[in-house]
Amino acid sequence: MPVDTLQQIAETNSWGSIYPELILGILALALLALEVVLPKFAHGLIPRIAIIGQLVLLGYILFVDPTGCCSGEAFGGMLLLSPAGQAFRVFFLASSIFVSYLGMVSLANKQLPRIEFFHITLVITGALMLLAQANHFVMLFVALETATVGFYVLVSYFRNNVLSLEAGLKYLIMGALSSSILLFGIVLLYGAASNPALAGSSVDSLNFANLKVFLQANPTDVMALMGMLLVISGVAFKIGAFPFQIWIPDVYQGAPVPTTAFLSIASKAAGFAMLISLVNVFEPLTDWLTPLLVGIAALTILFGNFGALTQRNVKRLIGLSGVSHAGFLLIGVVASMSVEWALTAILFYLFAYLLASAAVFGVMVHMPKEDEAELSLDDFADLSKKNGFLGLALAIGIGSLAGIPPLAGFIGKLLIFVAAFEAELYGLLAVAVIGVVVSIYYYFGWLKYAFFEIWKFNDDEEDREEPVPGASLGLFGKLTLLLAIIGTALLGFYQSPLGNWLAGS
Amino acid sequence: MNEFSSLIQFSIAIPIVCAFLTLFVKNWGRPAVQILGVAGFAIPTILALLLWLWYDPSEPGGYAFVSNFDTGLGIIGASLHLGLNGLSLPLFVMASVVGLAAGIFAAQSKAENLHRYLFCLLIMQSGLLGVFSSIDVFYFYFFHELALIPTFIMIGVWGGRERNYAAMKVTIYLTLGAMLSLIGLIVLYSKSGADSFDLITLKETLAAQPLSESVQRYAFGLLLFGFGILVSLWPFHTWAPLGYGAAPSSVAMLHAGVLKKFGLYGLVQIAAPLLPQGVGLWEDWIIWLALGNVLVIGFICIAQRDLKQLIGYSSVMHMGYAFLGVAAMSALGAGGVVIMMVAHGLTVALLFQLTTLIHHRAGTFEMDEMGGLAKKAPVLAAFFVCAMMASIGLPGPGLANFWGELSIFLAVYDLRNWLIFAVVAGIVISAIYGLRAIARVFFGEETEAFQEAQKEIAVKDITWAERTPALILIVVLVFIGLFPKTITTSLNDALRSEPVYSQTASLEIDE
Repeated sequence: MPVDTLQQIAETNSWGSIYPELILGILALALLALEVVLPKFAHGLIPRIAIIGQLVLLGYILFVDPTGCCSGEAFGGMLLLSPAGQAFRVFFLASSIFVSYLGMVSLANKQLPRIEFFHITLVITGALMLLAQANHFVMLFVALETATVGFYVLVSYFRNNVLSLEAGLKYLIMGALSSSILLFGIVLLYGAASNPALAGSSVDSLNFANLKVFLQANPTDVMALMGMLLVISGVAFKIGAFPFQIWIPDVYQGAPVPTTAFLSIASKAAGFAMLISLVNVFEPLTDWLTPLLVGIAALTILFGNFGALTQRNVKRLIGLSGVSHAGFLLIGVVASMSVEWALTAILFYLFAYLLASAAVFGVMVHMPKEDEAELSLDDFADLSKKNGFLGLALAIGIGSLAGIPPLAGFIGKLLIFVAAFEAELYGLLAVAVIGVVVSIYYYFGWLKYAFFEIWKFNDDEEDREEPVPGASLGLFGKLTLLLAIIGTALLGFYQSPLGNWLAGS
Repeated sequence: MNEFSSLIQFSIAIPIVCAFLTLFVKNWGRPAVQILGVAGFAIPTILALLLWLWYDPSEPGGYAFVSNFDTGLGIIGASLHLGLNGLSLPLFVMASVVGLAAGIFAAQSKAENLHRYLFCLLIMQSGLLGVFSSIDVFYFYFFHELALIPTFIMIGVWGGRERNYAAMKVTIYLTLGAMLSLIGLIVLYSKSGADSFDLITLKETLAAQPLSESVQRYAFGLLLFGFGILVSLWPFHTWAPLGYGAAPSSVAMLHAGVLKKFGLYGLVQIAAPLLPQGVGLWEDWIIWLALGNVLVIGFICIAQRDLKQLIGYSSVMHMGYAFLGVAAMSALGAGGVVIMMVAHGLTVALLFQLTTLIHHRAGTFEMDEMGGLAKKAPVLAAFFVCAMMASIGLPGPGLANFWGELSIFLAVYDLRNWLIFAVVAGIVISAIYGLRAIARVFFGEETEAFQEAQKEIAVKDITWAERTPALILIVVLVFIGLFPKTITTSLNDALRSEPVYSQTASLEIDE
């Protein structure tokens, strides 16, 4: 590459604009250094340092720099800085703080390396932030791989647990498969858009803007269409959309609770961040893209909800319910192609989902169960009697996931529905209504275990001293859950703060 | 902004505030919880009665006490727009009165964790008052759901037999109904071009430019079946008797009395005025399904042996008349529906409460195992006879139900002449099961089973604590029965200003 090109690229390097990612990277390295430097008894401080560091960063972004310091392209068109990207940064950072907290609880009494968990969490978060702002397929792929490789480790983190290892292997194979499909699609797009014989081709054809120009000129190019199909398939793996959702129940079940939470919150949201920018790139191919996404969304909702109906294992249940949430979000994505404010609806839905999931996973991690992969609905029996606070948190979290007013999840669903109606997606709306009604059965079934007295067979196990759920719930745990509950309830009644911020972004 | 408009906001907020306070005072003992709980119901009732007194529909759209508050849903044109018009005022007052009765009754119940029970009930009350005072269609729906969720919880936690199954079934049915009506409301929002959920704006927009026939057809269809499921339109009624049978009595009082009126209110206040053509297109459907309510459920009532189920089924049956009144599309029919909703709300709440009192004495709901209770509890018997007479709608103008049913019958005669026979047959059916229930429970010889039960339960007459909620309901019922003008005047004005309702006959029967 000629020197002046490099110089030109270097001039667009605005390091200051990616300060959150940089700080996360530095913090991640600092954690490893601290493990060496600090004496052994002080190692308990390191997770706290990670969480406090992230909280400070979150506070800075929210109160000093809420809409992003810069906008436009940076790093030679690799990144596109936008207010929506800033919203995703906040989302990933918030979920990472929550996952770090879960990790702290979950790893507290395990004979496992600790610090690496927080290190990898921070690295993944930084990568996801970059992913949400990627404006170039190379950036997209590199950021995605950084995050995915981190997830391989986190999924099999409980290395003395067979199910965790199994989940890790499955995730590795499935992840590699999906990455290769995505890469194959990118290569096809590159091949098509770099062909000098075709109109609109360019040298830097993987840049989203350039690619869009090419697709506008050649909306029926077969190779580009194949590329689009494969890229969408690769992304569908990440968000767990039909027919690429098969890995979800097993991986969610085997992975440690913090990792499951991270996968179901941040990894899914990252998939949607990608999809939102990709839908924009593939806009010239709408004739093919819309039916494809509509079909995927409908089948995803149906599969997720009907699959979750018979689950008794809590993590599989939450995984499959997460699949159905991906379906609802896909409706928003399809709507966003014709309705401008649908992006706000998607972001609102994601934040509501984050808060609700935080409540549910926050309860799950405090359930006393030796092997958390086996956590089933029966373990939640009489939760409200044993620990009323955890029962309340579970009810609010599940209620919001089910989309029951007056909780945040309902407003999210409502916004998506209105957007879908304005985009005239009547068929999808009908499927969504079926999905919501079916979902009531399993969400409510879960609450039934926690709240209603269930007649139990009185065998010998009854006499054994049962550990109380929530014994590990410290002040910080209570605060986290309280924040999730209050946030969920408040956003149901009063949406101004989040809504205005998102609409401004 | 009206000087009293904040009273509506207070009446919605006070139950919520009291609900949370009950959780904090639980350590001060049961009386503190009881007092706070009853206060949470009583204060809104006083406010509602004051609003009734000061009602003056001078503001745009025929509303009074209007206030508007933006909660941040401007993106879809929804804001917390509160106010009362002639249609909603009677229901708002009725909701507060039934709530007070249910609250007093709940406070003296032996429910475990009384503070949580009252918490749920107060949240429900807040939602109910919100439903009838929302001008914004979205918040109308929102408050309904706010009231509905505690219902599920209360059936599941404090319910009677089959409560798990009942809670699940009620939840799924009502969610389906709510989702359908939500989509219907979104259709109104989106297709009207008003880009607003505000009822006044929607009315203006649609009056200037009505929706096309095909849109009206499916929009009204969605609302009819969505609301219909919520109001237990035949054959989607099966959740109702089951749910009421399992629900604790205060919940049954509030749900059957007030919350179920949400769907009818939605049809009269929103669906029919905005989609007049849609009503015409679905007219035959409404008539035949409503006849299913009146006749099929009527026969089920006759065959019923369980008193609480009987009351549940009879409330389903009466909804049939209301649907017919809606289909008539006249000021008389719609007005009759509103009066009937008010009267039926008070009556069915009273019946559910008295049924529970009977259960306390007889230890069963089986009518075959009772008899002769009037000797032991004459006042209870008098109350029950009064409530059942009101429910049948027969005995002259002394009780409010009569006015509602009479106006509906007149309107139905205009709709289809032959329907009057079916409707009168319904009255006969009501009389059969109602009078038979009275006879079986209170008169005749004591059955052996009842004599057995008396060995364990000392049968007393109704106590003053139990009388209070019943008396509140009866007094209001008789007051409206004797002075129907107190609600019909404003109701009539509101309906006259609706151009879609035929004005050939109006609500002047009371003069």
